[in-house]
Amino acid sequence: MSTENEAGLLQPEALARAVKDAAAAIEAAGNLEALAAAKSAVLGDKAPVSLARRAIGSIPGPERGEAGRNVNAARTEITAVYEAREEILKAAEAARILSEETVDVTARTPRRRQGARHPINVQMDRIADLFAAMGYAIGEGPEVELEWFNFDALNIHPDHPARTMMDTFHIADGDGGYGSNMVLRTHTSTVQIHTMLTQEPPIYTVAPGRVYRTDEVDATHSPVFHQTEGLVVDKGITMADLKGTLDHFAKSVFGPDAKTRLRPSYFPFTEPSAEVDVWFAAHKDGARWIEWGGCGMVNPRVLRACGIDPDVYSGFAFGMGVERALMLRHGITDLRDIIDGDVRFPAGLRVEE
Amino acid sequence: MRIPVSWLAEYAALPADLSTEALDAALVESGLEVEEVDDLRGRVTGPLVVGRVASIEELTEFKKPIRHCQVEVGEAEPRSIICGARNFAEGDLVVVALPGAELPGGFKIASRKTYGRLSDGMICSARELGVSDDHEGIIVLPESTLEQTAVGEDARPVVGLDDVVFELAITPDMGYCFSVRGIAREVAHRLGVAFTDPASKAVEPKATEHPPYPVRVETDGCTRFTLREVRDVDANAESPEWMARRLTQAGMRPLGLAVDVTNYLMLELGHPLHAFDRDALEDVLVVRRAQPGETLKTLDDVERRLDPEDMVICDATGPLSLAGVMGGLTSEVVPGTRNVLIEAAHWDPVSIARTSRRHKLTSEASKRYERGADAALSMIAAQRAADLLVEYGGGTHVEEVADIDRRTPIPAIELPVALPSKTVGVDYDRATVVAMLEAAGCTVDGEGDVLSVVPAPWRTDITDPVDLVEEVVRLHGYAHVPSATPRAIAGTGLTAAQRRRRRVARALADGGFVETYTFPFVSRDRADELGLDEKDPQRQAVAVLNPLDDAAPLLRTTVLASLVNAVRVNLARGAKDLAVFEEGLVFQPAEGWTELDPVVLPVSKRPDDEAIAAAIRRLPVQPRHVAAVMCGQAVPAGVDAPGRAVDWADAVEAAELVAAAAGVKLEAAQGQAAPWHPGRCAELRVDGAVVGHAGELHPEVCERLGLPRRTAAMELDLTALPLPGLAPAPVVSHFPATLIDVAVVVAESVPAGQVESALREGAGELLDSLRLFDVYRDAKLGEGRKSLAFKLELRANDRTLTNEEGVAVRDAAVAVAAERFGAGLRE
Repeated sequence: MSTENEAGLLQPEALARAVKDAAAAIEAAGNLEALAAAKSAVLGDKAPVSLARRAIGSIPGPERGEAGRNVNAARTEITAVYEAREEILKAAEAARILSEETVDVTARTPRRRQGARHPINVQMDRIADLFAAMGYAIGEGPEVELEWFNFDALNIHPDHPARTMMDTFHIADGDGGYGSNMVLRTHTSTVQIHTMLTQEPPIYTVAPGRVYRTDEVDATHSPVFHQTEGLVVDKGITMADLKGTLDHFAKSVFGPDAKTRLRPSYFPFTEPSAEVDVWFAAHKDGARWIEWGGCGMVNPRVLRACGIDPDVYSGFAFGMGVERALMLRHGITDLRDIIDGDVRFPAGLRVEE
Repeated sequence: MRIPVSWLAEYAALPADLSTEALDAALVESGLEVEEVDDLRGRVTGPLVVGRVASIEELTEFKKPIRHCQVEVGEAEPRSIICGARNFAEGDLVVVALPGAELPGGFKIASRKTYGRLSDGMICSARELGVSDDHEGIIVLPESTLEQTAVGEDARPVVGLDDVVFELAITPDMGYCFSVRGIAREVAHRLGVAFTDPASKAVEPKATEHPPYPVRVETDGCTRFTLREVRDVDANAESPEWMARRLTQAGMRPLGLAVDVTNYLMLELGHPLHAFDRDALEDVLVVRRAQPGETLKTLDDVERRLDPEDMVICDATGPLSLAGVMGGLTSEVVPGTRNVLIEAAHWDPVSIARTSRRHKLTSEASKRYERGADAALSMIAAQRAADLLVEYGGGTHVEEVADIDRRTPIPAIELPVALPSKTVGVDYDRATVVAMLEAAGCTVDGEGDVLSVVPAPWRTDITDPVDLVEEVVRLHGYAHVPSATPRAIAGTGLTAAQRRRRRVARALADGGFVETYTFPFVSRDRADELGLDEKDPQRQAVAVLNPLDDAAPLLRTTVLASLVNAVRVNLARGAKDLAVFEEGLVFQPAEGWTELDPVVLPVSKRPDDEAIAAAIRRLPVQPRHVAAVMCGQAVPAGVDAPGRAVDWADAVEAAELVAAAAGVKLEAAQGQAAPWHPGRCAELRVDGAVVGHAGELHPEVCERLGLPRRTAAMELDLTALPLPGLAPAPVVSHFPATLIDVAVVVAESVPAGQVESALREGAGELLDSLRLFDVYRDAKLGEGRKSLAFKLELRANDRTLTNEEGVAVRDAAVAVAAERFGAGLRE
């Protein structure tokens, strides 16, 4: 190509034509590959605007300024068209890939086993949390107990009628007889004794735990079940404190409408003693009073057996059934569902933790 | 205790408009738990009327004799009724259920044709009406019935079907409420109505110089012994209808006058009585403790070997009755008894309780004596019995009366007037305290701040000031106890061990395990099923003496021993892929505990620490364990993966889940422990101490327990895990890591874990992480050798490592492995 011809490229009409041709070529590119080829043709070394730039040197000095601006303008215009086209094609390409990668999100199988905690244990943890928030400690004790802890220290002497009412599992002695002096604890009240023997008042303790009685399994009985023991020993503790604590406890377990009712009853380790009924508005057969547990003021004889001066301190204690509360709250009609070990029960009953 | 309201109303002036619900509430507020309300008024519905038999036509053409009766029921014409019973005559008053009536058991009465005649109603027996078990013919009413009603009127009041029977549970401290007397007293107080003491129905006679029958009391266990006699009485006469009805409603069978009277008075007064056939007695009555070797056949036809602590009433022939518990067969009232000796005695409650327990024999009498009958009533009860016998069985009182009275005065209790208020949180004034105590039957004395209170003789349960406090709050009303806001105290929340326990359970649940719990009772065969060695300490278990299931008397020594039961339940219900865990106590007998004597601890004061420690030494050790069992697919086959079966490594990983939650580092080593597969068991240690095992269960164990092959399990002793201390923060390097792979060849017998430890040791501080990624075996490696490939990530805290440094670390690591196991670098 001659210099003359190159100089001709600098003519405004020629530049305008180059821009028009370039735009047509770019728009004609249907994909990024074609666009790359078009780019090389309209902006590459051999492209008219590139050749025109080279021709600037061949024209007279005074004209070069304007020629340069014209060439640059043309090139800028082509570049803009190219970039616009590139953006469109890139977006189209991205859309194509995403579309190709589409899956059926419902065609999925779980990759992990689902576990669950047992509702009884969760319930006991919740009770512990409630009382921990009130400043209580969580007490513990063994499940095989000396009779002294299960009975004597709780003012249930060997000839007491209550001792035979407890339906106790006895531990065999070395000869298979009754001389072991040990039982499976029949109530969590044993923890009262452990606590008072090892701590000085003020004592604020709650003890959820497992207990044993010789009841055959049926819809409402189990030889292995759970209780929550509560024990407070401090100066000036009254039965009104007990009632207030139980009201608070009941609201936490049975909802804000719950209230409690005390009925005179008898436990050797409390005097006065009471059965606690709770008003359960959400009962499946309609709102009603239901039996919840036993309570009372710690018998001074129990305090004395634990080395606490009943003239200085007084206390209250309570023991509530855990299973019963769970059954009521969740409308469980058969206790066997809770205890028979079927994994579908814990897996199916999600109790708030 | 079953009590008909009509009986109660005889001694408590119940308001006429008192509803069953209000009475129920009064009983409950008194501390008498209502177990059942048996409303007899609803037993028969529809028309039930008094009828008079106008005529009887005997029908003889059928298999059994049948009567076609015309019965007047207050209508223009008598009704035609067919009846199979024969114990009535023309003119008798009977009870007739008319068409439309429904008897207990859903038996509807309708007009129908039977035996070729119209039967337009039914003449009823007591059993058909559900008023008693008596079905010896239909009810024939006495002519005196017409004094209160007329033919054609409602028959319910006449047969006791207008009553309501309350069944009450009596707590051990309210033994006096095993009587109409006690219950009426409570109800009258609660309702604020008058109470009449049934004891006032008789005047207590004075003992005469000579007793009606010679008697000696030789035991201090007999507080009072009274005798009254009735001569020439029909001891087996039918009891009056009202007495029989009350006994029936209370749940006892009428058996004949003498026995019925003793039962009736026991129910009414709470004081047991006994009726002897005087002519069956020989020589002299002696009240004493049994002699070794003596036996007695009690009324329940059981031959009992007596204990020297049992109290007996004897004559020359030996023991006649087990005092306060049950009579014997030889001296009872029998058909033909004409002379009845009534005994009303009072016994030491503890002695009765022991005898009752020793012979596993609980009677109506022992129940009352054990809880404390009213010794002040013995003579009165005997007198009333004699009166009733004379009134309804003819005969005459014998003048002589015996009353051997060894009662001692009831000690007074000092009660600070302020104690009830201080204990309950209700401000009781002095007048209220005194009034409530008097309502409980106490005698109250004293002017100052301390009252002197003598409990009523029927309240043997009241011994302490707080017992009196309970009477005050109970009789004033538990409903008056206010609800005080509990005070928060400065607590410290859960202990570290309690928090750990929760984290462990939560981690396993989040890790795909379902928590369950099993009864800790296991069979004696379980140890064999688990393949425990004869000397395995896990075989040492404590036994329950009275298990519910004789086949499972032992307490578990591992959680797995009982947890497998839950696995089996789920398998039996069709589950295939399972992962369950349980945490709970296990019971390991204390070393040599059977050789240690039980330590007797006091209750009157705190036992000293040495005594407690000595006593507790015999208790089983009860650590808390956690165990998990897995079988089936660990990852089920799905759209994107083929699934993966559970294997030994899942069990080890479960243990590591626990360890991580507990904040400890587990070391695994090749282990050998039952019930695991001998080649697939990891022994798990923390700081060198064994804390558990994990792996695949022994194939024979799976077989014996009915578990799928390859079932995996782990068990850890949570109590043995040390609680983590304060952890130092990690140093996080900001420099890039140098990655080096190294493959070492070792003998097959060298555990990978030990090679790993050697490499770690050799690599030193610059080792950031190390991970086994391949195990390779090939003939080229040589017989019995394997190649273990590890990825090492090296990193310094202060610089980027050079290649040379990396290679040096690798070589140092391999050098330790080489020295220990002859490991060579694989080229």
